[in-house]
Amino acid sequence: MLEITTTRHNPLVDPVLSVWSWEIPVYLFFGGMIAGMMVLAGLNMLRLARGERPESFYSVQTPVLGFVLLNLGMGALFLDLAHKLFVWRVYTAFEPTSPMSWGSWVLILVYPVLVASALIRLPQAWPWAGERLPVLHRLSDAILARPGLVKALAYANVLLGIGLGIYTGILLSTMVARPLWNSAILGPLFLVSGLSAAAAMVHLVSSLVPGHPAPRGFLGGAFAMLVQPLGANPPEPRTADGLVKADLGFLAVELVLIGLLFIGLFTSSASHAAAADLLLGGKYALVFWGVVIAAGIVVPLALQSLELGHRIPHTVVPALLVLAGGFALRWVMVGAGQASHMIAASGM
Amino acid sequence: MQALSRRRFLKISAATFGAGAVGSQVPVVPSFAMGAKPAPGKVETIPTYCEMCFWKCGGIAHVRDGKLWKFVGNPRDPMSRGRLCPRGTGAVGSHYDPDRLQKPLIRRGERGKEEWTAVTWDEAFNHIADRMKKIAAEHGPESIALWKHGTGARFFEHVMRAYGCINKAAPSFAQCRGPRDIGNLLTYGTGLGSPEPTDIANTKCLVLIGTHLGENMHNTQVQEFAQAVANKATIIVVDPRHSVAASKAKHWLPVKPGTDLALILAWMNVLVTEGLHDKAFVAKHGHGFDKFAEAIKANTPEWAEAETGIAAATIRATAREMASHRPAALVHPGRRTNWNGDDAQRSRATALLNALLGNWGRQGGLFLQAGMSVAGYGFPKFPAAAKPKVDNPDGRWPFADEEVSTGLREATITGKPYPIKGWVVYATNLLQTLPNEKETLEAISKLDLLVVVETHPSEIAGYADVVLPESMFLERHDDLYVGWGRQGWTALRQPVVAPPGEQKPAWWMAQQLAGRLGVGEFMPFKDMDEYLAKRCEKSGIDYAKLRQEGIVMGAKTPITVEEGAELAFDTPSGKVEFWSDQLAKAGFDPVPKYTAPEAAPAGFFRLITGRAPVHTFSRTQTNPLLADLMKENELWVNAATADAAGLKNGQYVKLRNQDGVVSNRIRVKATQRIRPDTLYMVYGFGHTSPMLKRAYLKGASAAQLNTRYKVDPLMGGTSIHQNFVTFEKEA
Amino acid sequence: MARFGMVIDTLKCVGCMDCVVACQTENDVPQGHCRDWIVTETRGTFPTLTMEIRSERCNHCDNPPCVTCCPTGASHVEDFGRTVQVTADKCIGCKACLSACPYGARFVHPDGYADKCTFCLHRVKDGLDPACVSVCPTHCMHFGDLDDPKSAVSQLLASRRHHTLLPEAGTKPRVFYLD
Ligand SMILES: Nc1nc2c(c(=O)[nH]1)N[C@H]1C(S)=C(S)[C@@H](COP(=O)(O)OP(=O)(O)OC[C@H]3O[C@@H](n4cnc5c(=O)[nH]c(N)nc54)[C@H](O)[C@@H]3O)O[C@H]1N2
Ligand SMILES: Nc1nc2c(c(=O)[nH]1)N[C@H]1C(S)=C(S)[C@@H](COP(=O)(O)OP(=O)(O)OC[C@H]3O[C@@H](n4cnc5c(=O)[nH]c(N)nc54)[C@H](O)[C@@H]3O)O[C@H]1N2
Ligand code: SF4
Ligand code: SF4
Ligand code: SF4
Ligand code: SF4
Ligand code: SF4
Ligand SMILES: [Mo]
Repeated sequence: MLEITTTRHNPLVDPVLSVWSWEIPVYLFFGGMIAGMMVLAGLNMLRLARGERPESFYSVQTPVLGFVLLNLGMGALFLDLAHKLFVWRVYTAFEPTSPMSWGSWVLILVYPVLVASALIRLPQAWPWAGERLPVLHRLSDAILARPGLVKALAYANVLLGIGLGIYTGILLSTMVARPLWNSAILGPLFLVSGLSAAAAMVHLVSSLVPGHPAPRGFLGGAFAMLVQPLGANPPEPRTADGLVKADLGFLAVELVLIGLLFIGLFTSSASHAAAADLLLGGKYALVFWGVVIAAGIVVPLALQSLELGHRIPHTVVPALLVLAGGFALRWVMVGAGQASHMIAASGM
Repeated sequence: MQALSRRRFLKISAATFGAGAVGSQVPVVPSFAMGAKPAPGKVETIPTYCEMCFWKCGGIAHVRDGKLWKFVGNPRDPMSRGRLCPRGTGAVGSHYDPDRLQKPLIRRGERGKEEWTAVTWDEAFNHIADRMKKIAAEHGPESIALWKHGTGARFFEHVMRAYGCINKAAPSFAQCRGPRDIGNLLTYGTGLGSPEPTDIANTKCLVLIGTHLGENMHNTQVQEFAQAVANKATIIVVDPRHSVAASKAKHWLPVKPGTDLALILAWMNVLVTEGLHDKAFVAKHGHGFDKFAEAIKANTPEWAEAETGIAAATIRATAREMASHRPAALVHPGRRTNWNGDDAQRSRATALLNALLGNWGRQGGLFLQAGMSVAGYGFPKFPAAAKPKVDNPDGRWPFADEEVSTGLREATITGKPYPIKGWVVYATNLLQTLPNEKETLEAISKLDLLVVVETHPSEIAGYADVVLPESMFLERHDDLYVGWGRQGWTALRQPVVAPPGEQKPAWWMAQQLAGRLGVGEFMPFKDMDEYLAKRCEKSGIDYAKLRQEGIVMGAKTPITVEEGAELAFDTPSGKVEFWSDQLAKAGFDPVPKYTAPEAAPAGFFRLITGRAPVHTFSRTQTNPLLADLMKENELWVNAATADAAGLKNGQYVKLRNQDGVVSNRIRVKATQRIRPDTLYMVYGFGHTSPMLKRAYLKGASAAQLNTRYKVDPLMGGTSIHQNFVTFEKEA
Repeated sequence: MARFGMVIDTLKCVGCMDCVVACQTENDVPQGHCRDWIVTETRGTFPTLTMEIRSERCNHCDNPPCVTCCPTGASHVEDFGRTVQVTADKCIGCKACLSACPYGARFVHPDGYADKCTFCLHRVKDGLDPACVSVCPTHCMHFGDLDDPKSAVSQLLASRRHHTLLPEAGTKPRVFYLD
């Protein structure tokens, strides 16, 4: 028998670590999704640079959306900081061993790339702004007129996207103290999950209120820019199919990675196995099995396969499920990860 | 966003928005940029002695920028040796405690309803003096009694005695060390007092019966206990519970509660039958040894095994081990020895066991206390007492040499031999301290005046007619403490910081009262400074130096035979009384005899109690620093017992005792560290005074469940471990 | 340059928490928080039990993950004694270091920054022992330079069996417990 008592009683640390609540999962979720959107957008911008399908909506629209979502994610991150007045301190230092420092600097790069990418179609997508700020048209034209620049932007999107996506996992996986996170798979897993969330998000916003003429004013126009790309020109079925197909692939890979994650944990130390148990059978099992695995991966896989086979009509349901699953994955990983702790292997 | 503290805000605004703005208010950041302060400030150090408990360690208070910062040990002081216990260190919290009494209060509503009018000191004293005079006129001043515990009581006692109040009592006798002192008095001709003269530091074998050093934080003893552990002394702990001390012991004997006397008798039986005792000591100093040896003949280890649950082989082995180390083998005489009602006899048995080990006046045993003589101030003579005291009528407890608290309580209830109509209660929370709170409340209902001098709105203060708020010890002068130990010493208490409200020191209150009672000539000094200076001057102590150093040491004299001390015993026979003629004459067992404790009724468990290192009795539960470390007590339940009762570790449960009293809820600690038939909780929790905001209804009160108590027939001690409880699960 | 460490004798420690109270007053630790604490481990079944009592705090690890994860350099290894410290004015309160510490040694100060045991450098600088060490009534704590073979801590480690907490975390703790 082993009885352990401790008199430690620090808030957020005891009885279990809970320094990060909803803000960090939200930040990681948005971060991953934006990363995915950048990869998708980047790939399509490459085609744009080659002169293909210049109208391809998601190559030019997602950066705007990404920019907006990034601000939401960063907002959540900022809310999480306990010492907010000092937030600028992140940018008075670069700490090469700190994933968070890397992440902060990557984000500094992500912003201009997103803005530049967004500029490509901003005046068309948001006519209200385009009409009032002619400079937007000039910038857009200038970029489009330089395929080299578009190409560079495309590569920047893909590379930064991959970096950002993996970073959201690395941020956690470097923390040896939290056995659940102790896996090199976390980076790829969060990247793939980000990609699937991105595909789902783009699918979602592109198919919301389809067919309606886009509102044009300041607010309406801005809204249409985000959720109803190109206004009256909804994406063609081919595009939607492409997104669904891509998402099927992402989800399948994600499932495999989750499997590998657990195999890794169970074949590691007692602390790691106990950590895995938190998800598989512990306090977090319901959300993990119910939302992450079933609702977030298995059901959308099935529904989207049926959609592709035209057995059922396209709906936004799978996309919504994928998004929910993607957030739930971050939420359980952050929550259970903090609850997991190292167990002394040796006696005393 | 979290709110910033003012100091922090100044610092940030300076750093972020330009240091010039706040200029010199910004503390200098040390060269190594540590996050947290402490900001350097002007620090003043003032020595004084501690009153977080009655051990009276010398400490040095640090005042930073005029505010109390920390309290640390005074290296000159033989009690603290430069290190305080957690409660002493936490004294800072008692100064800042927001629950403290702030103003004198006079009761408005019914007693115990806690409805008060805040009054001026003048009003309070006039009220008290009027009532006291009225009682004195009707019944005589003897009908006003003093309850006291702690240094500050000294001048209340003095002034009340001057007024003719002869009745008084302190719980430190009948509720604490009384049985121990009487047991030793009957054996060696002297009680042991406080601090006990135990040479733990040098012992080779230490036996702790109950005495839970490490939880019982009597500082010097804990320090020496650790030394003994480091010296690899053999440690034998007898305790139904795996105490901290037990975890350091070579032998832990989880005795069945209430059967210790059987164990001690068996130990003595082994020593005597195997001839392992100190024969030279016995021959030279013993009285009635043969009759004693005869009397304990039947108390074999096999006999004791059945009573105590300790294997006969273990009893033999531990007895032999003790003997192998004598005379540097020490059975700690105990402190709070009021367990079962036969405690003076058990303590006497412990004293006899020590005598068999020949450790009286020996290194590693019990040394001979050395003191220091310090002159009094010089007061007029007290008036002669016109009546006898009420607490021990007709010498009902023939060997009580101090007042018996429950005797005073009983006299208050019965009005015999004469009525007691007024109580002045100084620093003792009678409702938690005395057994059976119903009787205390009944006694209170007979009173015309109940004055409570307190630092906190304790339970007893809740029943007062007048509450006098005292400044805490770091804010006041008190009388000198003249200590007895390896070397005598004198310690000074002096104010370190101002009290936060209208609180006043006890001596001042007593002086104010003296004037109004017409005995002002008994308090002739201007203030304590003058009083202390005069005492020092008369004793050849440099007062200015004492104020700076806090401690002055007496002369070094031999305290052990090894150092050349001579042994003498102040008993009727002039020897160590293995056989006590005076006990025999008074109709008691001349050699302690064992009677088995009652068995618990089915489904009930014996409840025992003890201390937690960060709390003192019922007085520190609102101290923010100490409460932070222990907010409530826990109910120790053997894990198997908990299982069988369907109790989970950490859940709340209530307890119901044999008299139907139900406790406040308490958290279960399911543990291997206690016997399956015994429950344990730390005493002092479960406060019922709502004004103690931080402590109100936190944990359960062991005192509240202590409705059934036995009274020691020798000296009037009241037992605490006679209650059986069962679980009342919380809905 | 010195490399400070602590050696704590679990045989002598009685778990009285004086070290905790002393840290609170010395360092103005905000109420409801603590930089050091007591852990008790009891093994066995009644009545055959062993117990270890430990006074725990930041281990000032030689290999501190709380420092490597910090994005601002607020958590850093101080030259003085190679101790791990937090610069409040650089800390953004991201709490990465709280997550990264396997010992739960850190907390968020109510003013927003990460806080923990400093080894009382402000005292050590003046030639004093850390507050907790200096008050401990059992004298079971020792502080000093682990790189100096003549220091009390080095000699205790050389002469007594000892262990650290979670050595498998790879942090190389510098608080040692004598068995
Ligand atoms: N921290 C702290 N320290 C204190 C105090 C305080 O309030 N707080 N108070 C001081 C005062 S005034 C006193 S009197 C002392 C009291 O402290 P001690 O004199 O040490 O008190 P005991 O009655 O021996 O202590 C209770 C211990 O006895 C065990 N016990 C209970 N019943 C039995 C039994 O039948 N047989 C045996 N062998 N053991 C039993 C309990 O499990 C517990 O471990 O502490 C002093 N020190
Ligand atoms: N059930 C049970 N009863 C017991 C014990 C037990 O273990 N269990 N232990 C017994 C023992 S060993 C003892 S010694 C006694 C202790 O009995 P008490 O000395 O009565 O102990 P406390 O309950 O601390 O009550 C002291 C009161 O004094 C107040 N006080 C503290 N400091 C000061 C001060 O400086 N000035 C003034 N005016 N007031 C102050 C506190 O607020 C508190 O209300 O209890 C005995 N009673
Ligand atoms: S033992 Fe502790 S509480 Fe008692 S006087 Fe000494 S330091 Fe103060
Ligand atoms: S002060 Fe010393 S004895 Fe007490 S808990 Fe801390 S380390 Fe242990
Ligand atoms: S104990 Fe924790 S906080 Fe301290 S240095 Fe090691 S990892 Fe950092
Ligand atoms: S909370 Fe502060 S010290 Fe900790 S990692 Fe973040 S910035 Fe660094
Ligand atoms: S070294 Fe100082 S800061 Fe660290 S625990 Fe001890 S007292 Fe607290
Ligand atoms: Mo006591």
